[in-house]
Amino acid sequence: MDTRLPNPVRPAFGASSDDTVVVNIGPSHPATHGTVQIIAELSGEKVLRVDVHCGYLHRGFEKECEAHTWHNLIPYVDRLNYCSALINDFAYCDTVERLMAIEITPRCRYLRTLLAEYSRIADHMTCVAAALMELGAMTAFLYLVTIRDQIYEHLADLTGARLTYSYGRIGGLARDLPPGWLERLEKILADCDVFLGRVHGLVDRNRIFIDRMRNVGTIGAAEAIHWGYTGPMLRASGAPRDLRKDVPYLAYAELEFEVPVGIIGDNYDRYYVRMREIDESIHMIRQLVDLLEDKGQGPIEVDDRRCSFPPKERVYGEIESLINHFKLVIDGPRVPAGEVYVAHEAANGELGFYAVSTGGAGPYRLHVRSPSFVHMGGIHRMLENYQLADLVPTFGSVNMIGGECDR
Amino acid sequence: MDDSRVIPIAPAGGAAPGRSAAFEYIATRKDELIGWARKFSLFPYPFVTACCAMEFMAVSGSPYDTDRFGAALPRFSPRQADLLMVVGTITHKQAPVLLKVWEQMCEPKWVLAFGVCATSGGFYNNYATVQGVDRLLPVDVYVPGCPPRPEMVIDGILRLQEKIAGQKHPILTRDF
Amino acid sequence: MDSFRDKLDRQLAAAFPALAAAADMPVLALAGNQALAAARRLRDEFGFDMLSSVTAVDWPQRAPRFDVVWHFYSTRSFARLRMKAQVGVDDPQVDSLLPLYGAAAFMERECHEMFGIGFRGNPDLRPILMYEGFVGYPLRKDYAKTHEQPLVPYREQPPAGRPAQEP
Repeated sequence: MDTRLPNPVRPAFGASSDDTVVVNIGPSHPATHGTVQIIAELSGEKVLRVDVHCGYLHRGFEKECEAHTWHNLIPYVDRLNYCSALINDFAYCDTVERLMAIEITPRCRYLRTLLAEYSRIADHMTCVAAALMELGAMTAFLYLVTIRDQIYEHLADLTGARLTYSYGRIGGLARDLPPGWLERLEKILADCDVFLGRVHGLVDRNRIFIDRMRNVGTIGAAEAIHWGYTGPMLRASGAPRDLRKDVPYLAYAELEFEVPVGIIGDNYDRYYVRMREIDESIHMIRQLVDLLEDKGQGPIEVDDRRCSFPPKERVYGEIESLINHFKLVIDGPRVPAGEVYVAHEAANGELGFYAVSTGGAGPYRLHVRSPSFVHMGGIHRMLENYQLADLVPTFGSVNMIGGECDR
Repeated sequence: MDDSRVIPIAPAGGAAPGRSAAFEYIATRKDELIGWARKFSLFPYPFVTACCAMEFMAVSGSPYDTDRFGAALPRFSPRQADLLMVVGTITHKQAPVLLKVWEQMCEPKWVLAFGVCATSGGFYNNYATVQGVDRLLPVDVYVPGCPPRPEMVIDGILRLQEKIAGQKHPILTRDF
Repeated sequence: MDSFRDKLDRQLAAAFPALAAAADMPVLALAGNQALAAARRLRDEFGFDMLSSVTAVDWPQRAPRFDVVWHFYSTRSFARLRMKAQVGVDDPQVDSLLPLYGAAAFMERECHEMFGIGFRGNPDLRPILMYEGFVGYPLRKDYAKTHEQPLVPYREQPPAGRPAQEP
């Protein structure tokens, strides 16, 4: 009886000569975040060729989409890029709202923008923390995880969950801000500035950090576009492309922010672009708090019975509202037939939802254009011809999130 | 799979046939001592895949801190670890890898299923996901949650520690 | 920007008579073996330098069965365009866009393993999200969602109601 375990992948190559060695890195490896396998051909310590295998976290999201109502997919969508779940929520809800031709209320728009930026801060902090920890900078990891935990608890006050919030609703949001939330937000942002300053101090001009990150994993802007890179990966290579500025959605057109751009597209640039983006997000959040105060009063849900629940008093009082509520829960919102592709600027880049509806209760087809998956397609260009040890910082700087990559 | 590593405690009211009460008393005290040592020096192998990883990072950092319970230092080699924490969804593609890692771990070893995906497949009931890690390997503690709060994870670790404290720990022979 | 976009739309409409306007972006419908030539024109003449996604939609009641859908984006004019080709289940082959966009590599692998669409010109169509030994195309409508194909045999489960190990 053959007791060997089956190999789930077929490598693209074997050793090409007697002097080279093929090693397997992953998938259960801390540097590859547990879900990516890199089969590398090495000549000594130098990486000659790389064959990247993802899919170890393929959870059948797109097949699940065809079996649930539009509403019930919101928790699934959360778990795509789980580090910044709110961005996924809002991108998905925006997709369905475009299909239904719903325009969200101003308060909802400002709140979604604010929470998207807040989530982006948490995501970038997680990426930088993990990347630094893999290099050995444990202190920076602990600092960032401490402040990230405050963000999680704060979002748990609002949404009920620390990590996978399921807070977006089609046509609005689940609930409004609790009292005192915005004051606590300002305190956390002030703490963010302090902790980020400490991380900058530990790492930015650290000789070891610079030696490991500068000129490692370099990719130029034209090549990055060729491989479909978007988000901080593309901006670090020098191309100032950001969907929030180029094709503004939500409330980004009303905000004043810069798009940080790197110089040569190496690991150091990617780290620094993310740190600067956290600063820009903090700046945006402060503007949004003021905007919420000035122009963002009112309901958070659009008053459209196709997707928003009627108020509870009416549900218990009149039969039409009861039926409306029942239909929305059991059958889900009725989305007219059509197809749409909506792209938001997620923490990793362009997160796109291509939704095909045939008028039913759930999507006929929902495809996620995942930035992490596309980045994995081109990562071999950043790993080849560098050292084996450079694989760790390069992979860490790409911020491959398994849930988003493999869906 | 081999369940002989968990040996039931001898029935109350007397020593097992062929053994003296003194032997049983010494064996029990030895088990308590070894159990105490083992439960406070767990070396987890964090088999991390999905969203639960974020809560694993949170429970390892402050303010939750698994280091208080001796379970902080992860060992990324299965040869050096004794607690396999399956953190996140296990897909069919990942299953041979998980099994290989578990088989490479030496006795004594325990498995903690972290999160509802590792416990029962979570809400991914489809062609790609293993409906619970206990279809592949024996699990000692299940910590459900999507993801579980860090306090729940610590509760899980404490229950595992109680379990370890109450187990038999044969160190010299198969029975002692 | 709007007049620039209108000009782009007019030029596109002139170059591609089959271009239609959907609710969110222009849609170009063509045959599977025209995809590479059209994409080359889109990239070189009209500035669509980024391939956003390659996917497919299964319409089992219709012949031809599949819609292969490409999305393009221009980092200069910020325009988007959708290109679609219909292919039947007997010979589901379209052109690969790998000669134009490196991003097509992984995207086409995923589309192939999920639907069975062949991409002529892509030498590497190994499974990327699924595993070796998986039989079938999971995202087709006739593949049952819960039909699992375990790679590793399951261990014996205890009967329901009793714990696996005696306390």
